[in-house]
Amino acid sequence: MTDVSNRNQLAYIAAQASDARVNVEFETEGMTLNLGPQHPATHGTLRVIVKLDGERVLRADPMMGYMHRGYEKLAEVRTYPQVTALVNRIDWLGSFANEVPFILAAEQLMEVEAPPRAQWIRTILFELSRISNVILFLGDMGVQLGAVTPVFFAFRDREFVLNQIEAVTGGRFHPNFDRIGGLKDDIPRGWIEETTGVLGRIRTFCDEMEDLVTGNEIFQARTRGIGVIPPEVGLAYGLSGANIRASGVDWDLRRDGGVGLAHDQVDWKVWTHPDGDSFSRYWVRLQEVREACGIIEQLLGGIPSGPVMAKVPRIIKVPAGEAYVETENPLGVMGYYVVSKGDLVPFRVKIRSASFSNISITPWVLEGTYVPDVVSILASLYFILGDIDR
Amino acid sequence: MPAMPKLPGMLVGLGVTFRTMVRTLVKGSHTVQYPRVKEAPVPRARGVIALHEENCTSCMLCARECPDWCIYIEGHKYKAPPRRPGGKPRQKNALDRFDIDFALCMYCGICVEVCPFEALFWTPEYEYSEPRIADLLHDKSLLGKWMETVPDFEDYESGSEAKKAQVPR
Amino acid sequence: MSSAILAIELAYWQQTVLRALLGLVAVLLPAGTLVYLFLFKMMSFMQSRLGPMETGPYGSLQLLAEVGKFLQKEDLIPAAADRVVFKLAPFVVLISTFLLVLVIPAGPDLWFIDIDTGIFLALAVSSISVIGILMAGWASASKYSLIGGLRAAGQLVAYELPLVLAVMGVVIQAGTLNVQGIVMAQASGEIFGWGGIGNPFILTQFVGFAIFLIAVQAELTQPPFDMPVAESELVTGYLTEYSGLRFLMFFIGEFATAGIFSALAATMFLGGWYVPGLDPTDNLFNVIGPLVLIGKMVLVAFLIFWFRFTYPRFREDQLQQLAWKFLIPLSLVNIVATGVLKVVF
Repeated sequence: MTDVSNRNQLAYIAAQASDARVNVEFETEGMTLNLGPQHPATHGTLRVIVKLDGERVLRADPMMGYMHRGYEKLAEVRTYPQVTALVNRIDWLGSFANEVPFILAAEQLMEVEAPPRAQWIRTILFELSRISNVILFLGDMGVQLGAVTPVFFAFRDREFVLNQIEAVTGGRFHPNFDRIGGLKDDIPRGWIEETTGVLGRIRTFCDEMEDLVTGNEIFQARTRGIGVIPPEVGLAYGLSGANIRASGVDWDLRRDGGVGLAHDQVDWKVWTHPDGDSFSRYWVRLQEVREACGIIEQLLGGIPSGPVMAKVPRIIKVPAGEAYVETENPLGVMGYYVVSKGDLVPFRVKIRSASFSNISITPWVLEGTYVPDVVSILASLYFILGDIDR
Repeated sequence: MPAMPKLPGMLVGLGVTFRTMVRTLVKGSHTVQYPRVKEAPVPRARGVIALHEENCTSCMLCARECPDWCIYIEGHKYKAPPRRPGGKPRQKNALDRFDIDFALCMYCGICVEVCPFEALFWTPEYEYSEPRIADLLHDKSLLGKWMETVPDFEDYESGSEAKKAQVPR
Repeated sequence: MSSAILAIELAYWQQTVLRALLGLVAVLLPAGTLVYLFLFKMMSFMQSRLGPMETGPYGSLQLLAEVGKFLQKEDLIPAAADRVVFKLAPFVVLISTFLLVLVIPAGPDLWFIDIDTGIFLALAVSSISVIGILMAGWASASKYSLIGGLRAAGQLVAYELPLVLAVMGVVIQAGTLNVQGIVMAQASGEIFGWGGIGNPFILTQFVGFAIFLIAVQAELTQPPFDMPVAESELVTGYLTEYSGLRFLMFFIGEFATAGIFSALAATMFLGGWYVPGLDPTDNLFNVIGPLVLIGKMVLVAFLIFWFRFTYPRFREDQLQQLAWKFLIPLSLVNIVATGVLKVVF
């Protein structure tokens, strides 16, 4: 195992050395270009080293780590409520969704189950964070391809969702609302009605995106047939979420997993697309936003009454053990492996983040494409740097 | 690769932008001209933390639980006069210093949540930026002044079993 | 020219100074108007926001503020750059713009030059900007700029042809290459015998108008044809290394060229400075002609910028396919049809 990676490393260094001669001169063979880490195209500080032949990519290597904040190390010295507050910031666009698997894992260790009302509200906030996250993707993909207007519509309509999240949790971007055993607080009066109104706006936004983006022939010409990922390759590289569903794999942890969220109480559908190209990844996410609106509407209609917090002690000491919980987060499958030794503080938290596996396919899928397609494919894979680097 | 894009889809897109433009001209934009017009944040918004000093007993729980260690508390014990004549003097905590450094604060709310005596409250006030970072250390008197901006707690949705707390005024 | 408008006879050097000033105004005025109206305001309205509102009433002085900002920036030239070429590139692009504005008349007596090959001159000098862009891309000594420059070379050369061929239909219908003659042909023309609004060529040359607009969009490297300046891929393509006043020259040049091409399109297809119902040789047109022309220019520019803010960008090879496989054959068909119909009717 080690000498394969050494060989690869040596080959890489040799290739870099041979490219170092080819610097700025006008040569059409093997120009090495750095996309990032500071670049308008990447969703953060990701560096993609592409070796070009004219406009065709010979090889592409993503280089991450520019945003590593040491979450797993930090989690070893923070109490469970503090870790919950920190973990919001991994995928900062759909931030409530980051807390959920961690809290569910801790609840599994403590053998405590959140009351039904808490589970339903948790699911509502989970789907709201999915909407907030994916709306930004829908606008952002437009801007990566050159259309400047969809992203403004995305930010405009996202404000309404963030306002609703703020009305419950107090924080637009970092709710810090999930607690072991339930939620921090209950929902204020009038929230259900307001949120139903907001869902109508989101549906209008989805229709606008269909008119403005997916219906646009230029967009289709830029994304259809680009970056095709066959399902076996996708699964082998660990793609998850909408990326793999766009390749035709019918797999969604909300339906197939068994965690403490209320998705099995409502009627909803998993969207897949057979093509596996950039267009299908966009399309699947668009439909997922609509589906999430439907899920939230059904949930809002029937939140069970009751307490919002189970009986847990004030100072939380999680009994010793290990638990792994993964959920279908907006970016893909996110999982937390929590090892506890019976302290106030977890012994080890391993975070399986979706974007880390999603960009592992980048060298495979970018080979042989054009430079403009590199941007289109990276945009459609949709990663968040905080999720990759943690 | 289609060399000839069909027209209809592209024209529909043009319609969307044109409609938005007309709507913005006629009905106004979705943005407000801050600072002339200010949007009011929701009552639960986490703007700044207020301290109700009478309730604080310097138990140090908030300073201990803060993930950033941005709360600085100093207190001393003193003997208060007995509650009734003939009793023994009671030992009480007095608060000398209670500072929250908002340059470090990550607005997680753990301090407000763990306080057993309900001495800390969230307020939606957000306009307290300073030219110098050192001025972001809010001392006891400023934290007490923020109490005036704390809104009352909201009612809960029907079906909730949570009890609404009261803000001490 | 001046003796017809002003009552006095100016010396030749005075006329030259006047022409130079007017030329400067003719270039900067469309640039400023278009930047404010469309880039700041129309784009904002299409995005549900208001745009600049603080600098001047409704943000009208924002461009002045931007000019001031660019002027006070540090003049950076990359160390490995070819200094002479780097410095000359913006000027080459601006020269093309200034030469282009010469041929457009703003009234029956308001013209800079009145030669019989006006359209030919306009199309010829518009190609000079390509050289400027290539110079910028090459001399910047940066990979992003180089890629941007190469893309620009392919794109701009490819779209020169539809630009020229689309205009041919207008020339056939007007019967002259003289721009003033084209305006007069529209003013005094008739549609099936009715001379009420003259004969604006857009009615018969709608195909040519569409091709001209698309080609202009590509010549200006505006979305959906802005591969050379693809902001999300190449930072700003061939403009990456330019900052301060040099960038401002490119920026103003781009918008000035947009304005002048719109004015040219308005002249060729919409009737230029002519308003139907009045006598074309009336002296009144020397006063309201410029205003009419600016109004029509704003109309055409609205279309150009509307497309710019709505569509994503084409990939380079799709762009080329569009030009070579679609626009050029279509414009050739348009020329043939115009020729045939001109003889028949």
